[in-house]
Amino acid sequence: MSDLVLILVTGLGLGALYFLAASGLSLVYGLMGVLNFAHGAFVTAGGYAAWLTMDALPNSLGVGVRLLVAAVVAVLVGAVVGVVVEVVLIRPLYLHHIQQVLVTVGLSLAAVAATQGIWGADPHPVEKPAWMAGTVELLGARLPVDRFVYVAVALALFAGLVALLRYTRLGLVIRAGVENRTMVEALGIDVRRTFTVVFGLGGAVAALAGVLYSQYAGTVSPGQGGSLLIYAFIVVVIGGMGSLTGTAVAALAVGLVQQLANYYAASGIGDLSVVLLLALVLLLRPSSLKGATA
Amino acid sequence: MSSVLVLDDVHVRYGGSHVLQSVSFEVPDTGVTALLGRNGVGKTTTLKAVLGLAPRTGRITVRGRDIGGERTHRIVAGGVGYVPEDREVFGGLTVEENLRLVDPDAGADAPIVRELFPDLVDRRAQRAGTLSGGQQQMVALARVLLRENDLLLVDEPTKGLAPKLVTEVADVLARVATTTPVLLVEQNLPLVRRIADTVVVLDAGRVVHRGEARALVDDPALTTELLGVSMRREGAA
Repeated sequence: MSDLVLILVTGLGLGALYFLAASGLSLVYGLMGVLNFAHGAFVTAGGYAAWLTMDALPNSLGVGVRLLVAAVVAVLVGAVVGVVVEVVLIRPLYLHHIQQVLVTVGLSLAAVAATQGIWGADPHPVEKPAWMAGTVELLGARLPVDRFVYVAVALALFAGLVALLRYTRLGLVIRAGVENRTMVEALGIDVRRTFTVVFGLGGAVAALAGVLYSQYAGTVSPGQGGSLLIYAFIVVVIGGMGSLTGTAVAALAVGLVQQLANYYAASGIGDLSVVLLLALVLLLRPSSLKGATA
Repeated sequence: MSSVLVLDDVHVRYGGSHVLQSVSFEVPDTGVTALLGRNGVGKTTTLKAVLGLAPRTGRITVRGRDIGGERTHRIVAGGVGYVPEDREVFGGLTVEENLRLVDPDAGADAPIVRELFPDLVDRRAQRAGTLSGGQQQMVALARVLLRENDLLLVDEPTKGLAPKLVTEVADVLARVATTTPVLLVEQNLPLVRRIADTVVVLDAGRVVHRGEARALVDDPALTTELLGVSMRREGAA
C-alpha cells in the first residue's frame, strides 16, 4: 500500500511537471498553429536562469528565498525569450509551416550547443531548500515534499490560466483564435499581437517548468528541456492541441502510467507504456481526449 | 453618385489558378450592391481580396483610402464589416462572448442588438455552436453591426436558411442599407430584386455585367445567360 501511495504521488508530481511544460506548447499550437520544437529551449533557459540567479545571490538569503527570486527571474527570462523568438523568427514565417518547423528545430539544436559551449556539457547541481528535500508520512508512505510543491504550482497555474481564458479579454481572443484565427482578424482584432503575448506566456510557463524540473532532477543540463519536451508533445497530442483541460488530464495520465509501469512491470517500461497510451488514444479518439477546444 | 469602394484591375492568384482577372467595379455609397455569378466565378474571393484575406494585386480603395497594403484587422477596424459565408460564429463561445469580441463593453446590451435581434438577448448565455443556422446568422450580423462601418461585405447570408428566416435576414439587410452601403454576394434572385439597387456580375473571374438590379433580375433571358437561372425558377424572398 505504501509503495502504491509513493508511486501515485511521484506520478502526480511528474504529471504536474509535464503539464507545466505542455500547457504553453498547447496554447501556442492551438492559437497559432505553430509546432514549437524550440519550446524545450525555453525550459532549459528557465533552468539555467534560475541556477545562475541562485548562484549570484548571497548565501545569507537562504536557499528558499534565492529559489523564489530565481524562479521569478527565470519566468521573466522565459517570457522575454518567447517574445523575441516569436517576433524575430516565427512572425516572418506564419504562412510557411514547414519553415517554421525547421526554424524551431534549428533553434532547439543551436540552444543546446550554445548552452554546452558556454556552461559545458556536464550537469550542474542545483540547490534545493531543506524543506523541499524532506519527506512527510502519509498512509504509511514517506513522500518527498517536492512532489506536492510541483502539484501545487501546477494547480495554481491551471487555475490562473483558466481564469485568464474565461474572465479576460485576452482569454476571450485566445479562445476565439483557437477556433478560427482568420475570423478573429476579420472582426478587426490584431491577432498577431495576441500571438506575441501567448508566445511570451508559453515561454514564461516553460521556464517555470525548467526551474521545477531542475529541482526534481537536482541538476541543470543542456539537454534537460529537450527530454521534457518529448513528454510535453505526447501530453499535448493526447490532450488535444489548444485544450488546457485536456492537457492537464493527459499530463496526469502520462505521469501516473509512466510511474506505475516502471514499478509494476519493469524499470524502463514506463516510457514505452506512455507511447502505447498515445497510440491507444489516437486509435480510439483520433481527435484526442478533448478535441481542439480551450 | 460617389463610391464607397473602388476595385481597379484587381487580380487574385492561388498557386496556378488565376481566380480574379482584372476585376474593376465601384460600389455606390448608398444601398445594396449585389455581386452575382455562378458558383466558383470568384464572388467570395472578391470579398476576401477587399479584406486582405486573399493575395491580391491591383488597387482597392475605401472612401478614397488605398487599403491594398493593409492587414485585415486594420481594414475591418477602419470601417469594412464582414459577414462571411457559413456564418463562422465561434461555436465554443456564448452569444454574449461572440458579441463582446467586437464590443467589449456592451455585447448583447448594445441598443442595435436589442432593436434588431431581441432573440439574441434572451440567448446571450447560450453557446453559439448550439444555435440554429438562422440564429447563428443573426449573431454574425449583430457582431458586425456593433461597429460603425463605412461598408458591409455580406457573403450569402441566406444560404441554407428556411424561407421565413430568409425574409428576416432580408429585412435586417434592407434596414442596415439605409445607413450603410452593402456589397452582397447572393444567389437568391428574389431577395436581390427586393433589396439590391445595383448588380455586378462575375464570370470566370471577370466582370461581365453592371447595372440596375431590377433590370437584370426582371430579364429572364439575361439572367439565364449570365447566371444560368431566372426568377421563374427561384423561390420567394
